[in-house]
Parts: sequence; C-alpha cells; structure tokens
Amino acid sequence: MTNPLVEINDLRVDFPGPNGFVPAVRGVSLTMGREKLGIVGESGSGKSVTGRALMRLLPPQARVAGSLRFDGIDIAAATPRAMRALRGARIGLVLQDPKFSLNPIMTAGAQIAEAWATHRRGSAKEARDAAMSLLDQVLIRDPRRVYDAYPHELSGGMGQRVMIAMMLAPQPDLLIADEPTSALDATVQAEILRLIDRLVTDRGMGLMLISHDLPLVSRFCDRVAVMYAGRIVEEIAARDLHAATHPYTRGLLDCMPRLDAPRARLPVLARDPRWLA
Amino acid sequence: MRLKALGATLVTVPITLFGLVLVTFLIGRVVPIDPVLAIVGDRAPQEVVERARLELGLDRPLIEQFLRFVVQIASGDLGRSVMTANPVTQDIARFFPATFELATVAIILASLVGVPLGVLAAVRQGGWLDQSVRLFCLAGHSLPVFVLGLLSLLLFYAKLGWAPGPGRQGIAYEDMVDVRTGVLTVDALLAGDWGAFWDALAHLAQPAGVLAFFSLAYIARMARAFMLAELSSEYVTTARAKGLSETRIIWRHAFRNIAVPLVTVLVLTYAGLLEGAVLTETIFSWPGLGQYLTVSLLNADMNAVLGATLVVGLIYVVLNLFADLLYRLLDPRVR
Amino acid sequence: MISSDWLLSSEPASRRQAAWGRRYQAWLAFRRNPLAVAGLAVALAMLLMAVFAPLLATHDPGAQNLANRLQPPSAAHWFGTDELGRDVWTRILYGARITLGMVVAVVLLVAPVGLLVGCAAGYAGGWLDRILMRVTDVFLAFPRLILALAFVAAMKPGVESAVAAIALTAWPPYARLARAETLRIRDADFIAAVRMAGASPWRIVLRHVAPVCIPSLIVRVTLDMSSIILTAAGLGFLGLGAQPPLPEWGTMIATARRFILDQWWVPVIPGIAIFLASLSFNLLGDGLRDVLDPKQR
Repeated sequence: MTNPLVEINDLRVDFPGPNGFVPAVRGVSLTMGREKLGIVGESGSGKSVTGRALMRLLPPQARVAGSLRFDGIDIAAATPRAMRALRGARIGLVLQDPKFSLNPIMTAGAQIAEAWATHRRGSAKEARDAAMSLLDQVLIRDPRRVYDAYPHELSGGMGQRVMIAMMLAPQPDLLIADEPTSALDATVQAEILRLIDRLVTDRGMGLMLISHDLPLVSRFCDRVAVMYAGRIVEEIAARDLHAATHPYTRGLLDCMPRLDAPRARLPVLARDPRWLA
Repeated sequence: MRLKALGATLVTVPITLFGLVLVTFLIGRVVPIDPVLAIVGDRAPQEVVERARLELGLDRPLIEQFLRFVVQIASGDLGRSVMTANPVTQDIARFFPATFELATVAIILASLVGVPLGVLAAVRQGGWLDQSVRLFCLAGHSLPVFVLGLLSLLLFYAKLGWAPGPGRQGIAYEDMVDVRTGVLTVDALLAGDWGAFWDALAHLAQPAGVLAFFSLAYIARMARAFMLAELSSEYVTTARAKGLSETRIIWRHAFRNIAVPLVTVLVLTYAGLLEGAVLTETIFSWPGLGQYLTVSLLNADMNAVLGATLVVGLIYVVLNLFADLLYRLLDPRVR
Repeated sequence: MISSDWLLSSEPASRRQAAWGRRYQAWLAFRRNPLAVAGLAVALAMLLMAVFAPLLATHDPGAQNLANRLQPPSAAHWFGTDELGRDVWTRILYGARITLGMVVAVVLLVAPVGLLVGCAAGYAGGWLDRILMRVTDVFLAFPRLILALAFVAAMKPGVESAVAAIALTAWPPYARLARAETLRIRDADFIAAVRMAGASPWRIVLRHVAPVCIPSLIVRVTLDMSSIILTAAGLGFLGLGAQPPLPEWGTMIATARRFILDQWWVPVIPGIAIFLASLSFNLLGDGLRDVLDPKQR
C-alpha cells in the first residue's frame, strides 16, 4: 500500500500525421490513489489518450514517452503477458458508446462471463452465475433476459450497464470511464453515473472519470484535472472549483448558464495562445 | 420489417430470372447464322427449309416466339444440340458434374489458404506478410488463368513430372468406374476403387489448384479488408481492455464478426469460379460445362450455347440468393 | 509563378489555386506509394510502345519466314519467333495497340453510360430507379466472360464484337457505383441549394452530381482496365476475340499453346505481356484508390 495507484510522469504521446508527428499529450504528470479523479477537457485535449496510455491500448503507431506506473508496475516495460494480467483484472475501461464497444454478435452475458473467466479459474457454470450476479449488481431487473440478449437488442443505458458489469467482473482496483455517458439520453446519464459512483465506492476502487462535462465531473469526483491541448492546466479539489484560477477553467465555468443568476448572453470562451506554451 | 426485406429480395428473383431468359432469347435472335440452315444444312431443298422454319415457329411474331421460348424453358426443355444430337439438358447433366467437382475442390482450397492469409495480413498490417499478401493478391488479379494453366502444365507435368497431363482420368481407368453422381472422385470412392480415386484426384489437383489461385487472391483481399475494419472497431479495444489474449481477440471476437460477410464472399466467389472454369477446362481438357460451352460456341451450336449460358446464369442467381439468405440467417442483427 | 508554395498554400486566393493545390496534394500522396508509381510507369511505357509501335518494331508484324520458325530469343529476334517465323517482339508491340485500343474503346463506351444511368437512377429514384437497377441485376446475374461469350457467338468473332460484348457486360457495376454515390449526396445541402437556385434536374445531375462521382469512377475504371484486358485476352484465347493473323496477345497464346512443352517461350512471352499490362493498371488503380477514394479501401 506504499505505492500510489497511478503515477504518471511527464507523459508524451505523438501520433504520425501526413506532415510528421502530431503531439496529442505534451507532458502530463499525475498521481492518484483509490480516489475519484475527474479529467476534463475538450475533444482533442488528450484526456482519452492519457487514459488509454495507462492500459497500453494506443494504436501501435503512436509514440509514447515518459513514465507510467500502476501500483508500482512500469507500464512501458511490462511484458505483453503482464499487461494482459493488468488489463481487466486490475484496471477496467468503460468506453463511450455501448453500441460500438460491445461485440455485436456475442450475447451480453457471454461477454461478461468471458471477462470473468479470463482472470479467474472457474467452470462455465460459475462464470455464468458470476455474470448473472453482476447483471443484478448493475441494477438490471431481468438478468436472465439481458444475459441472452445481443447488444443491438439493448437500450443505450442497458448496454452501458452491461459494459460496467463486464469491467467490474474481475474486480479491478481502478476503473477508467471514458465519456461513459456522452452517448446516452440526458435522463439516463445521471443514473449511470450514480451507479458507477456507488459501485466504485462500495468496492473501494479508484475511478478515473474522463469527460468534457466539467459540472458533471465535479459532482461525482473528489478531484478534477483540467486538460487543454495535451497538458494539465489546472488540478483542483472538486469542492474548490469555484476558486479555480486558470483562465481556461474559469472560462469553462463562466460558460455555464445558471438558474440563480440568469444572463442575457453567455460569454464566449476566449482562447489565449499562451496556454499552449 | 425484416420479413418484408426478405420478401423484397425474393420478389426480385423471378424478375431477374425473367430478364435472364429475355437476354438469352435476344442473343439467340441476333445470330447471323440462320438456325434453320444450321439444322437442315445449306444444301437442303427449299421446301425442307420452309418446313423446318414452320416447325421452329420462326414465321411467328417475335413476342409469340418469346412466349413459346419461355414456356419451353419452363418445362425444362432447352432444345436439342446440333453437335451432339442430344437434348441440351441431357448434355448439361452429363458435363456439369465435372465442373462442379472442379469448382468445389477449388473453392475449398482457396478458402483454406485465403482466409487465414487475409486475416494474418490484416493483423500484421504493414508488415512483410501484409506486403507480400497485397502483392500476391494483385498478381493473382493480373495473371490470365490460361497463362497460369499453361505454366503449370509446363512446370508440374512436363518438367517435374509431378502431375498427370490434361484430362480427367488416366487411360487405364477410363470407364472403369460406374457413373453414379458424375463426380469422379466420389464415384470411385463409392465403388471402393482406390486406384481410380487417387488417379482422379491427381488429375484434379492441377486444374483445381490453378482455379483456386484466382479466387484465393480475391478471398484473401476481402478477408484482409473486412478484418482491418473490425480490428479498428471499439469492441476490439474493449476485448483488449478485458485482458484477453491477442489470439482470442482475433479469432473469437474479430474473426467471428467477419465470418458472416466472408461466407457471402465465398459463395459469390464460388459462383465466379464457373467463369474461370471455362478457360481452365479448355487448358486442361477437362470435360465440363465450360468446355461444352466453348466447343458449342465454335460450332455455332446456338441451342447448346444458350442452354449452357442460361444454366450458368441460373446457378449464379441461386447462389446470390443463397448468399443473401445465409447472411440473414447468420447475423443476429438482421435475423 | 507556379511554385510548390503556391500549390501548397493553406489559404488559396482563387478557386483555381485551390483546385490545383488539391491535385498537387493528391499527386504528392500518390508519389509516396512506390508500387503505384511503378504501375503508372509501366502503363505509360505500354501506351508509348503502342503509339510508336512502327518505330520500335524490328520487323514487319506479318512477315513470315518458315525457315526461321520457333527460334529462341536472340540478337536478331529479341523475343524469338513464332510458328510461322514472325518476330515476336514486333507482334507484341502491335498487340499492345490492339489490347489498349480495345480497353480504351470499352471504357469510352461504358463509363459515360454507366455514369449517366447511375446518376439518373439515383437522383430520380422511384420507378426509373427500380427499372434501371433491375436491368443491371439481370446483367450482373451472368458471369462476365460467359455473357460476353454468348454475345460474341451471336455476332461474328472479331475485335469489334469483342469490344461490344465486353462493353455490354461491363457497364452495370459503373451504374451501381454512380447510383450509390448519387444516393449519398442527393439530399446534401449543397444540392438543395442548387435546386432552390432554380437549376433543372438535368443541370443538377450533369454539373453537380456526376462530378462528385468521378473520383470513385476513375478508380473503378483503372481497376477495371485490368479485367477488360483479361477478358479480351480470354476471348482471344478461346478464338472468339481478335482473329489470327492479328497479333492480339490472347490469340497469340492460343495459336502457340501447343508449343508450351518444347518452345515454351512462344506462348509464355505474350502471357507475360498480358500479365504486365494488367498488373500495371491494378497497381495504378490501387494507388489511385488510396488517394482519390480513401473511404472504400
């Protein structure tokens, strides 16, 4: 328990473009324990790339530099076998849209059972029972029906519950949720986030919630890291967000319409080239 | 909703078949060779020619002739071949099994090699295997089947002596095995004649290999393209995030997703083999439908040509329909 | 004035500059693919060989010399001689004229027809679309070579009927392609804008829909050229295309195939010519597809 759960030091990721490498992450350093950390930023700010780099899930042509440690394990140096033992078993990843992130021709139950069976020794029957119980834990009312359903037969909210159940099956220490609610209806969003919040708290896991929605993240997380153009521009406790100092964070906060102080016109976020430095 | 889509597909089949018959009929009508003279000969007296013309119904309006043609075909009569003097249907029944045997062995060979090749090329995208498969596919698309056939004869028959020469069986085995299915290898097995079986298989190896080479290139190319699309999809990332092994991700997740479109490709390629068979059969003196078609062509035996064309077209339509149905059956999303 | 800076400018000053800049970008991307460049080079070389065949030829393509038949390649006869003592190099050159001529003729017949039929069907929709697509279905229901064979049999074997037969069998895929592209953009806002500006349906199809289909059509045409070459050679080989003594490559193989076991170079050399011609268009088409039509890789 001496190691922090995640330790990222000066992470840099570049992708090859038509005219040389394009930086996606430019020197991110981050430490987190079994807490709930929100990473917020606009699209292209490098927040998803950071999350995936931690699981070594970036495409092979990406160039990764800097150090990534999970529970003291050096991610860059880990063997593929060690990496597989880490993925799923110790770090789970919930992706944005269950329509694409679930295998379309495998039943929901089979996909959950597979995640369970990959990391635990057990019979097919045990895997099935585990999957049923997980479906129950993600508050699906009719686990039997959902177990045998194909992803296209499930609603977005249901699909995302299946995804969560699948990622919690091997009981990981950290859950990375990459925009877990962006593809869902507004009414379902809060439900799914509350579910993630509860499951993570109950199990004492760490949560890395990646989102573009600052208020949403601040509601569910202890701490928020704001990313802009591949860097963390501000790291702040969620309850202190109102006291944020970086102009980008301030700009994001000011863009929010407020019921208690209505304004005729919302301010436009003014970008400062100096933020890129 | 889904039944409606299926219904729509089924409705197009008779329309396509009707078009098929119409096109064949029209081809038959533009022949510059007088069909009457082809039957009775140039030297027949005028009244013989006239009688034949009346018998053939050639004095009737075109529409009526077409309707007769349709009725005749619907009753399974494709006319009589001038060359063999047999009904065309009987000829086709005799020649078809050889083509069927050739095409079937070829598609099995091509799938067994082509699919794994395409999948592995996609998995190692940009690597040397991928580059070689890409080049190999392009070469496969560019080489005429008859040139490959000749080269194969030159190398494996003349120079190395590994393969028997053209034809379907050695002289020693000719007419030794009772014809039951017309598929020589099967007939030999049914008769329990191992000598004849190995002889038939040896004769089959070369033409089937040549024919397989072409579909192999296409199958590998399609398998690679399908696989690339799947490997970049989100559920593969999910599978990796679950900690699955690459082998499991490739074969159990991605491959099972391409299996459905791939089966469709295989069925359509199988139909396309009929085309390659025309040239391959000519090179290897393989007594199949393709050779029947070309020999009839060169002898201006129009009934035989049209009959064979129609049968091939029919097989094509049926296989297309089969591919479509298979797709609906196998994919849970359209089921 | 035309510098690469002008072409690569990210802020073109005119539509002409933008258009040329885009073409230059495509060329730069194309040049990065060595196989495609090789394909282009071979295709151009073939074209030049065909055009300048009389200058490059060392003999008369029809001149027979029975005393000198079936010779292996030598200084006098670079590719040897055939069964009538004719110079194979010369015949290959003249054969390139026939083959490429057939390819060009088929493409000129087929591409505009396919484009128009497809665009019209896709844009008009309704019964016109249904009828036209049924017609393409019927043609697609035959394997290409077999339908071509039946057509040639009905006409007289020869180069013209081979071209007609291949053209008849080649147009439906173009129509399909153009229709798919048209359906994709039919409801786009810029088409709606043109329609509201009062353009006639014909003008919309010809000036706005058809040009969008052109890049994918070019790719398809290039890839199809190799298949036209193969079909033409196949017809020639079966004795239903160009007739001897015309030096068409497939016909040359047909007359020389009985020498495959002893004087193997006589049938093999035209085979290599067919292979190279077809491969060059395949490589070229493959490279063009990556550049012009990245979505259908």
